[in-house]
Amino acid sequence: MNPSTLDPYRPGNSLLHRLDAQVKVGLTLGFIVATALLPPGAWPILILLFAMALSAIILAELRAGFVLARTMLALPFMLAALPLLFTVGSTPLVSLPWGWTLMKEGLVRAINVAAKAWLSLLAALTLTATTPFSEILVVLRAWGMPRLLASILGMTWRYLFVLAGEAQRLLRARAARSGHPAHTPGRPGGTLAWRAQVTGGMAGNLFLRATDRAERIYGAMAARGYDGEPRTFPQPPSTVNSRLLLFGGWALLALLTLAGLLFWG
Amino acid sequence: MLFSPVPMHIPDGFLSVLVSVILWILSVAGIGYALKRVGTDLGERQVPLMGILAAAIFAGQMLNFSVTGGTSGHLMGAALATIVLGPWAALLVMVCVVGIQAVVFQDGGLLALGANIFNMGIVGVAVGHFAYRTVCRFTGDKPWAIPLGGFIAGWLSIFIASLACALQLALSGTSPANIAVPAMGGIHALIGIGEGLITAGALAFIAAARGDLLQTKAAMGSSKPVWAGGGILAVLLAIASPLASAHPDGLEWVAEGRGFLDLAQDPLYEIIPDYVLPGIANEALATILAGIVGVILVLAAALAVAYSRRRMTEAR
Repeated sequence: MNPSTLDPYRPGNSLLHRLDAQVKVGLTLGFIVATALLPPGAWPILILLFAMALSAIILAELRAGFVLARTMLALPFMLAALPLLFTVGSTPLVSLPWGWTLMKEGLVRAINVAAKAWLSLLAALTLTATTPFSEILVVLRAWGMPRLLASILGMTWRYLFVLAGEAQRLLRARAARSGHPAHTPGRPGGTLAWRAQVTGGMAGNLFLRATDRAERIYGAMAARGYDGEPRTFPQPPSTVNSRLLLFGGWALLALLTLAGLLFWG
Repeated sequence: MLFSPVPMHIPDGFLSVLVSVILWILSVAGIGYALKRVGTDLGERQVPLMGILAAAIFAGQMLNFSVTGGTSGHLMGAALATIVLGPWAALLVMVCVVGIQAVVFQDGGLLALGANIFNMGIVGVAVGHFAYRTVCRFTGDKPWAIPLGGFIAGWLSIFIASLACALQLALSGTSPANIAVPAMGGIHALIGIGEGLITAGALAFIAAARGDLLQTKAAMGSSKPVWAGGGILAVLLAIASPLASAHPDGLEWVAEGRGFLDLAQDPLYEIIPDYVLPGIANEALATILAGIVGVILVLAAALAVAYSRRRMTEAR
């Protein structure tokens, strides 16, 4: 597994890739807020929002397999919403064995939660698949994120894959020396506490390596004149077109939300 | 995998907007104060250190050990970070970890990010700090004090954070409290053991290899307000959760009955009361109208996008 494949950014030259990052971040956040505000049962609005997300994915020229695989993440969390099926509402739909009864209102709410979660994931994935994190960070900084936080976030992102590689080397070394479960089927070696302790030692080791690396990086940065102020290229001002697109998109999302709240609220 | 193994990252759609917004406000206040403290206490030297340690916590979540069958234990890292870095820097580190997980890897939602930062950042760090300091105070300078404190801090931070997560889900009406609290708490009481063991192992290793790191001012200096805050958070959540679990109707009443969600929605009906008319025919009409308006809006947007795309392609 190559850590760089974990970055969801998919390089490309589609319309969405070339779009101003500010518009993309703004519209994604607007989309997620609009989705969250919808009351349960507003299916037509959800379908319209899905159509918007789908158009964005098609315009971004993302592969369906990639999108599906990446958006299955929220699936385990659906367990938390499952009890809704049996506990909310008063209209029984189906009686299941062991005294469970499927409720209509609960079913509506559970599907509503699942649909909203998936739609929000689609929007967030489309943003990160077409926008490098460094550009998102510039937008957040321009929108008032504190300088210190932005610097730390940028640093984290720059060294994330370096340290992911480091963690993988630690894992590979452990697999080579203490037996990989795939090669020794059945019970893994040692007691549980011993295995946990070894992993803890590795985590501590990773921490120490990171501390040493941070010392070296600080030294290198200080040598080049670092004084706590991160310096970036000046950003081109946002054009009228991109601002129009942003506010137009927000207006559309607001209309959809209003329609949902009025008719199904 | 860079995806968090701890099933505590709430995706979007699971929290009501009001709960999300309240937790965002709490988290932003916490982050703002931590930034102020870190900015005055630590110099510019700390920026690379905190950034890279955040990356290390992130990557440390890849380290796992097999528990039984196909399951494995992992690290969340809030307790480890707060013990090594001190609570304020640790909070910023956890904000970076949780924030990047949400923004880049879609592990946890964006609207729900405030809640996730609150659970894993503020609660995790404060409770971890409280537990570690308390254990260290009682055990003095025994050699096993550091690993023991690490284990308890790791376990408690995960467990209490999961209770906070369950209460938020219950308040949002997504999961009934009498199911969410025992389920989340039970699972994380087990997951927390893995967290505690890894934290203890990591601290034992760091104490042996670089004991000076645990003796630094940031790590040693006990922050009284954070210690008290962590204790209060732990006690409050530990008391509130079983209560909510025993009286799920109470929480449901708060969330749905004449509680605050209705307050948030009421004015809308008052502005345009005529739109909410009884009768199935009207509802169907409303649905169709909304559908038509929506289709026109989307069509217009799609046409505009297609048009601008053609112009861009022509221009190239």
